[in-house]
Amino acid sequence: MTTLLEAAKVRHFFGGLCAVGDFNLDLQAGQLMGIIGPNGAGKTTIFNLITGVYRASEGNIRFNGTELVGKTPHQITALRIGRTFQNIRLFRDLSVLDNVRIAHYAQANYSPLEALFHIGRYRREEERIIENSQRLLSIFKLEALAGETARNLPYGMQRRLEIARALAIGPELLLLDEPAAGMNPNEIDQLMEFILWIRQEFKLTILLIEHQMKLVMGICERIKVLDFGETLAEGPPEAIQNDPKVLEAYLGEGPVG
Amino acid sequence: MTALLRNHWDWLLEQRWLLPVLVAIGFILAFAIPEYNLLNKYVQLVLMYVGINIILAVSLNLVNGYMGEFSLAHAGFMAVGAYTAALLTMKVLPIAAYPGLFPLAVLAGGLAAALLGLLVAIPSFKVRGDYLAIITLAFLMIVKSVIENIDFIGGPRGIPGIKKLTTLPWVFFWVVVSIWMVRNFVYSKYGRGVLSIREDEIASDLMSVNTRRVKFLAFMTSSFFAGIAGGLFAHLLQFISPRVFDIIKTTDILIMVYLGGIASITGSILGATLYTVMLEVLRPSTVAGLLSWLPDMVFNPLNEYFIRHLGVWRMVIMPLLLVLVMLYWPRGIMGLREFRGFIPRRDREAHHVLKIPKSGEMP
Repeated sequence: MTTLLEAAKVRHFFGGLCAVGDFNLDLQAGQLMGIIGPNGAGKTTIFNLITGVYRASEGNIRFNGTELVGKTPHQITALRIGRTFQNIRLFRDLSVLDNVRIAHYAQANYSPLEALFHIGRYRREEERIIENSQRLLSIFKLEALAGETARNLPYGMQRRLEIARALAIGPELLLLDEPAAGMNPNEIDQLMEFILWIRQEFKLTILLIEHQMKLVMGICERIKVLDFGETLAEGPPEAIQNDPKVLEAYLGEGPVG
Repeated sequence: MTALLRNHWDWLLEQRWLLPVLVAIGFILAFAIPEYNLLNKYVQLVLMYVGINIILAVSLNLVNGYMGEFSLAHAGFMAVGAYTAALLTMKVLPIAAYPGLFPLAVLAGGLAAALLGLLVAIPSFKVRGDYLAIITLAFLMIVKSVIENIDFIGGPRGIPGIKKLTTLPWVFFWVVVSIWMVRNFVYSKYGRGVLSIREDEIASDLMSVNTRRVKFLAFMTSSFFAGIAGGLFAHLLQFISPRVFDIIKTTDILIMVYLGGIASITGSILGATLYTVMLEVLRPSTVAGLLSWLPDMVFNPLNEYFIRHLGVWRMVIMPLLLVLVMLYWPRGIMGLREFRGFIPRRDREAHHVLKIPKSGEMP
């Protein structure tokens, strides 16, 4: 196994407030890791640091050996890191198809002049993008809704479309920010199956943030517990469930179902 | 009957020859109308203004509609194009001997404006919305006062005696080019990038869109065509001064864009046409003629205080119209919708055709 994503001594401050203090991560290729922690533990901040929305105040983040700190979000994304958002952030007024097509920006290999005159590589590249977008929509059973405006989709489909859009980047690493938010236990079961399936189908390494213990304990191979930006514990689900520090800080007292 | 008509209409829109044929007919008309005086000189003049305004509205829509920014700089780009083109035809190019050099002057005006568009794009990386509006307004004022303070180009007096080189065929040519290129831009990865910036800039960046590059390109394309329109405008009006390109001019273009509808080329064409014709109809003599049936008791004071001063009232009415449109009709006539013929076939079909998944299917 090789390390895909590595974070070393990452610290981040908002003004004087330390949002992330000494964050370390070693994510192996092919692994499915979960990050848990109470509200305000800095989980989403970590995603924002990895994807370049924030620039880490200190430390290094490496993806496949490439330093990410200092790169812009689109540069980092083009290295094949896809992500979804805690609150769905689709392009709401655009069509389902266009949502997925937009994520092909970095892969579409043609120049502004070719775009202005619709010449050269424009045609071939656009056809390839459409084909790949439709393939993704079919896989996610959204193909009949290609022309629909994204805002009109029901919640569950919006979540699916967001994942389809993230996969359009062609990611090696997928970051899922609370994929089970707003789902009932039945839907969470389906989601767990679904995450395992896309991981296999698209050969992904997955890092996910989640509050739903059922999902985290059910599918993650390793779990990292954060509190106030610091790693409280890390290990396989069984070890985390029995770690007294974790029980105290996050899961509360008593056994967890 | 209506169903039959609709079927014919659908069939017509699917034909590849439709747009080329329409453009060809347009060109024939554009040559024939002035040649054989098919329409009187005044209507021809209005037609040319309609064309120039279409170029302005379509290009501004790229930034204010598709990208969702609020730029007030458009009249400034127009000024740069107008002055560049006018100086070239008057002082540099041997236009008297070779009138065919005119498009070169217009093109240079467009390029000069595009270069300045780069400058305006830079603040758009940092700020959005109201703040960008203020910065572009400042840019407009800078352009105006710079021109006012250069004696060589006439200062506040402007440049009189520009040759009348703008003709109906040239206006039509540039209208077609601007619509075609803005449409090509919109239906490319850059155009989709522009749309995604309007929707959610951070998400756009995180979907690999190089937002800076996209903004550069959008501002440059938009200002390029504002410069083209400026060059045509200068050689139609035959006189330009800094006052011509003030905030009122920008307001005019804004009304055309928002009235016609954001993120729609069809909308901008409609908006520009309606607005230009409306301004022509609302001249004191026309309005007085239209209202002459009113009893003298009403008509005389109305004429005295309002109709005769319509030129001044315009400064109140038009901005008010902009406010009303933005408040009560923010999407305008064609907001976010497009005439089917403008959408590339590939794009239209991609939204309908169903495909069978090649690899697995989700559980």
